[in-house]
Amino acid sequence: MNIVVCVKYVPDAQSDRTFNDSDKTTDRESVDGLLSELDEYAVEEALKLVEAGEGEVTVVTVGPDQAADAVKKALQMGADKAVHISDEAIHGSDAPATSLVLAEAIKKIGSPDLVLCGLASTDGTMSVVPAMLAERLGLPQVTQASELSVEGDAVKIRRDGDVASETIEASLPCLVSVTDQINEPRYPSFKGIMAAKKKPVETWTLADLGVDAGQVGLDNSWTKVLEFTKRPPREQGEIVKDEGDGGSKLAEFLASRKFI
Amino acid sequence: MFELDRHHEDFRRTVRDFAEREVAPHVAQWDRDSYFPTDLVPKMGDLGLFGLVVPEEFGGAGEHGDFTSLCVAIEELGRVDQSIGITLSAGVGLGINPILTYGSDEQKQRFLPDLVAGRALAGFGLTEPDAGSDAGATRTRAVRDGEEWVVNGAKAFITNSGTDITSVVTVTARTGENEDGSPQISAIMIPSGTPGFTAEAPYHKLGWHISDTHGLTFEDCRVPAENLLGEEGEGYKQFLKTLDDGRIAISALALGMTQAMLELATDYAKTRQAFGRPIGANQGVSFQVADLAVMVEASRQLTYRAAWLKDEMEAGRRGLKEVKQAASIAKLYTSEAAVTATRIATQIFGGNGFMEEYPVARFYRDAKILEIGEGTSEVQRMLIARNLGLPSA
Ligand SMILES: Cc1cc2nc3c(=O)[nH]c(=O)nc-3n(C[C@H](O)[C@H](O)[C@H](O)COP(=O)(O)OP(=O)(O)OC[C@H]3O[C@@H](n4cnc5c(N)ncnc54)[C@H](O)[C@@H]3O)c2cc1C
Repeated sequence: MNIVVCVKYVPDAQSDRTFNDSDKTTDRESVDGLLSELDEYAVEEALKLVEAGEGEVTVVTVGPDQAADAVKKALQMGADKAVHISDEAIHGSDAPATSLVLAEAIKKIGSPDLVLCGLASTDGTMSVVPAMLAERLGLPQVTQASELSVEGDAVKIRRDGDVASETIEASLPCLVSVTDQINEPRYPSFKGIMAAKKKPVETWTLADLGVDAGQVGLDNSWTKVLEFTKRPPREQGEIVKDEGDGGSKLAEFLASRKFI
Repeated sequence: MFELDRHHEDFRRTVRDFAEREVAPHVAQWDRDSYFPTDLVPKMGDLGLFGLVVPEEFGGAGEHGDFTSLCVAIEELGRVDQSIGITLSAGVGLGINPILTYGSDEQKQRFLPDLVAGRALAGFGLTEPDAGSDAGATRTRAVRDGEEWVVNGAKAFITNSGTDITSVVTVTARTGENEDGSPQISAIMIPSGTPGFTAEAPYHKLGWHISDTHGLTFEDCRVPAENLLGEEGEGYKQFLKTLDDGRIAISALALGMTQAMLELATDYAKTRQAFGRPIGANQGVSFQVADLAVMVEASRQLTYRAAWLKDEMEAGRRGLKEVKQAASIAKLYTSEAAVTATRIATQIFGGNGFMEEYPVARFYRDAKILEIGEGTSEVQRMLIARNLGLPSA
């Protein structure tokens, strides 16, 4: 089974994330980036499926030069090869444009049996790229899988909702997005790190994909960020001194915030 | 000259990630409970940490691995918790290394795959209640009886010797006398569970609460003759070589500690307010933090140069004498710097530094052993001076 996993390079949530003042896009220069944690689950699931049977895992990312780091990590975890689409014109692309580039890249890679995505990117957190991508590829989509199995020509997933867990089946080829409940992503092992040095990474531009620069980028985005305001720093907490009535004071506080 | 490769830095990221996610959230509790996290060991095995200097046939990294990578792993684990760092350091240096270096094919096949995978741990018992720095004074005896060795005696302070997954402890024992009357010492492998071999109740230690340390007793403990490790009578020389590697590994552990002290102290000095300004605005504090940065840098250079020399020696490009000297110098400086660094950091944390809620307190307790284990500071000075050609007592 051949699997393509879409991964994204995102600013490290541990660092001081911000936006560019000039064009109000995510600042990817001044903070360290990494493979989006939520995408690690998709990579892990792909590796498990291939290890249990046969086939190849290809990771694909759309992003600036540094995004090579994200595919490197996926290769270190065990993916077989990678494609990195990097093009100045892509800067500032919204979800429809990103899904277009991904779709064309996946067509060029070949016809995978399965496309896997994470639940959402940890920077944009829109969760819509998987659905848009499936639409563009004409594939059935089953999203937010917390369990996945392949039986013959179909995948079966469990999708946990507020009121019930659904078991859903879709025929292959198809696209599945997975949650952080689905598995426990592995750490790259020393051997994996050494092996990744020799794995093929192809870097493609929009021209390689036949995508017109006029279909992507900030200027062609369907939505625009007009303004951003930094969250005010957290205020100092309130200290409740226990003078025998600490319990009721705490209860009062919680009630005033409508917690109880 | 030496410098870390790109893959060393990639590997550092992995181990740091692992340490911060799998170790950091639990250490305070493990330390309080003196709990050895057996389940963590196979996870460390999955990362390849135990196999960095082991051939591929036993599950190791083979030609890709090197001692420098092992030091990177020990440093990064040690930055989060020293006990976990020493578990790796001793697991490889004292557990795996002697078997790898001196073991027969059969001994290697029997023990190494599980040790490399982290399914098992091994210990090395040299120190005795009456033989530490003077390890040649070993009293434990092994007498040959037909096709068996009968071992009697006791060992003290043996790391990784009594965990649920300890598979074997290699011990040094007298097996005869040389012509000049000095004892012949040999190394013998005693599998866990051998009748007559007891790992005593764990010690109550000042630090390294998470690390597994036991006294061992042997009462008419019988093992097959083939459990001799290496040559009969060569045990003394064998363990001396084992300790050289261990010293560089301890330097890496000390470096991890000093690095942690620098990070914690810098953060605290920037945020803790007194007299209406951050305490780090006072030179009395900021100069101490600057000293920590110098200690980190010096420790880093000494450690990785010694590791590089060792890797070069394995490749036949450097001599043993040079490595031994570099190892002793690195061990001496980095361990003493780590003790100083914890004292500085604890002081900067003020009263909080004395509280177990803050990791500096744990590091403060964990530091002292670095100047004692794998050869005390005095022993290192002795070796360095001897290497310079100074007469010995
Ligand atoms: C937590 C822990 C884990 C350990 N793990 C292991 C292990 O896995 N395997 C193992 O074999 N051992 C282990 N050890 C033992 C450790 O290596 C010894 O404690 C150490 O070598 C010192 O020996 P000693 O305790 O007998 O001290 P001694 O040798 O009695 O030394 C006491 C003091 O005298 C000084 N001294 C001794 N001789 C001289 C001299 N000639 N000149 C100047 N000063 C001198 C020493 O430097 C020291 O300050 C461990 C110890 C601890 C505490």
